[in-house]
Amino acid sequence: MRTILYLIQKELLQVLRNKTMLPIIFIVPIVQLLILVHAATLEMKNIDMYIVDKDLSSTSRGIVQKFESSPFYFINHHSFSMQDAENELRKGNIDIILHIPFGFESELIKGNNSGLQLLIDAINGTAAGLIQSYTQAVLADYNREIMLEWASPGMKERPMSIEITHSFWYNPELDYKTYMVPGILVLLVTLIGMILTALNLVREKELGTAEQINVTPIRKYHFIIGKLFPFWMIALFELAFGLVIGKLLFDIPIVGSLGLLFLFAAVYLFAILGVGLFISTLASTQQQVMFINFFFMLLFILMSGLFTPVETMPDWARVINIANPMAYFMRVNRMILLKGSGFYDILPEFVSVSIYALIILSLAVWRYRKTV
Amino acid sequence: MSEQKETIITVKNLVKKFGNFRANDNLSFEVFKGEIFGFLGANGAGKTTAIKILCGLWAPTSGDINVAGFDIYTQTEQIKRNIGYMSQKFSLYEDITVFENIRLFGGIYGLSRREIAQRATDLMRRLDLEHSRDKLISSLPLGWRQKLAFSVAILHKPKLVFLDEPTGGVDPVTRRKFWDQIYEAADRGITVFVTTHYMDEAEYCDRVSIMVDGRIADIDTPSALKEKYRVKNMNEVFLKIARILPDQNN
Repeated sequence: MRTILYLIQKELLQVLRNKTMLPIIFIVPIVQLLILVHAATLEMKNIDMYIVDKDLSSTSRGIVQKFESSPFYFINHHSFSMQDAENELRKGNIDIILHIPFGFESELIKGNNSGLQLLIDAINGTAAGLIQSYTQAVLADYNREIMLEWASPGMKERPMSIEITHSFWYNPELDYKTYMVPGILVLLVTLIGMILTALNLVREKELGTAEQINVTPIRKYHFIIGKLFPFWMIALFELAFGLVIGKLLFDIPIVGSLGLLFLFAAVYLFAILGVGLFISTLASTQQQVMFINFFFMLLFILMSGLFTPVETMPDWARVINIANPMAYFMRVNRMILLKGSGFYDILPEFVSVSIYALIILSLAVWRYRKTV
Repeated sequence: MSEQKETIITVKNLVKKFGNFRANDNLSFEVFKGEIFGFLGANGAGKTTAIKILCGLWAPTSGDINVAGFDIYTQTEQIKRNIGYMSQKFSLYEDITVFENIRLFGGIYGLSRREIAQRATDLMRRLDLEHSRDKLISSLPLGWRQKLAFSVAILHKPKLVFLDEPTGGVDPVTRRKFWDQIYEAADRGITVFVTTHYMDEAEYCDRVSIMVDGRIADIDTPSALKEKYRVKNMNEVFLKIARILPDQNN
């Protein structure tokens, strides 16, 4: 037990004296939160629309007005030439073309179905999907208005219709920051836990101090606890620091219990530190560690649900995700912070991460050899 | 005269293979308690491999090895309690201070807080390092660091200390001073097992073994070896042996 304390003392001294590491620990979360939260946004604003209105009727003008009054659309092109419009789309100057053909209104008045054409730049598929659904919503809205107007002129009582109203739970204003900040926090904690741990251990191999430690009668798990505990603390501190920044700068909601969040993070970090330790047993240089870390981090991050929802992944990807510790914390962090989920709500994730930690730590400890 | 001496290391038929390469090819030798045993050989002769096996850092491929009364296969941790080790790579933590290093290694070997404080004071006085107690290791010159590394390696008063090319890259004066330190340790009853390729250092040893291509070519006291090969110094002994053995192989 005393041995562990001596090791932790040494490890903390090294981190606190390190003139590169210490600023990184403070600056990284601020920069990441500031940049990623603002940059990695999926919100659609300023959709550039090109309108080709060949009908020039009151109905078609109504549609155009509808888009002009929306804060999401930016309409600075009008013409009668589809050719010109398509050229602009090809050049990438606009996101969408709305084509209202000649005779649009008269067909509508005759009671026939009348058609509109939308052409969307789908280089970014997600954005294109969003633009399409925004645009259709605007059109459907207008459609309902004119139907009501035309179907019952002069009628005092409006015909029966189903009106759908909605409210978004847990993020009522659909604020993208509210969604991103908890995600970025997970990223930060994981980064610190996994990369710092693995680098630190392999650095000792490179310097030769690991050998000096291995020739002492120190117990293997004493050494491992002494090594992991400081990073466990630093990562938890980082989470606390990030939450403060998130609260101050972005006013993110903290609905659930912080105690529960830190309890989960504490267990989650055992799993992450285990991965870091495991990686360090695979590598003998810091360069190798960076490569292996990069490989895993990329998979973990992209599959974690940070940017794209896990629910839309194909089944096989979701099976792979069972081995992705970040996916659990990503979900739980948002559940606790935004939804106020309690212990029983996160129990499945809690159990999974605990088992994960147990397996990966055992594996790493087993692989870590004092005698090779 | 060696019959009465107690052995502290016994090696029988030690083999270490890396793939098809035999780094240690059937080594057998004994080291006696209290002596300074020089383990000589050219670069790549297999010295470091052998020393790492004796310290319990690497597992041998085969052979019977006993260090400080313990079996290398089953009692590695007891061996580690009784030995000190200083490698050719400098192995104190450079980003913490002299005292913090002493405290760390003292703590790892299970010394009490009082013992650590006392031995640290002793050690720094002996090495004339009192003024550097709170200096980072990285700020000390190499010679001082190596002296300190050696003192830390024997801080827990082991029966036996392994030094793997301890004087690499140091000037002759500092090397001479380092050997004074080795004698001091030997006087206190610590057996010293030292590898080197400086042949002048071989003269300081009680007995030496000379390794060539993974095998022990000869083993005896420096004076006996010089007599046997009819030369004036260990350098010539080494050159003769290193030249003869590969010829025999062909």
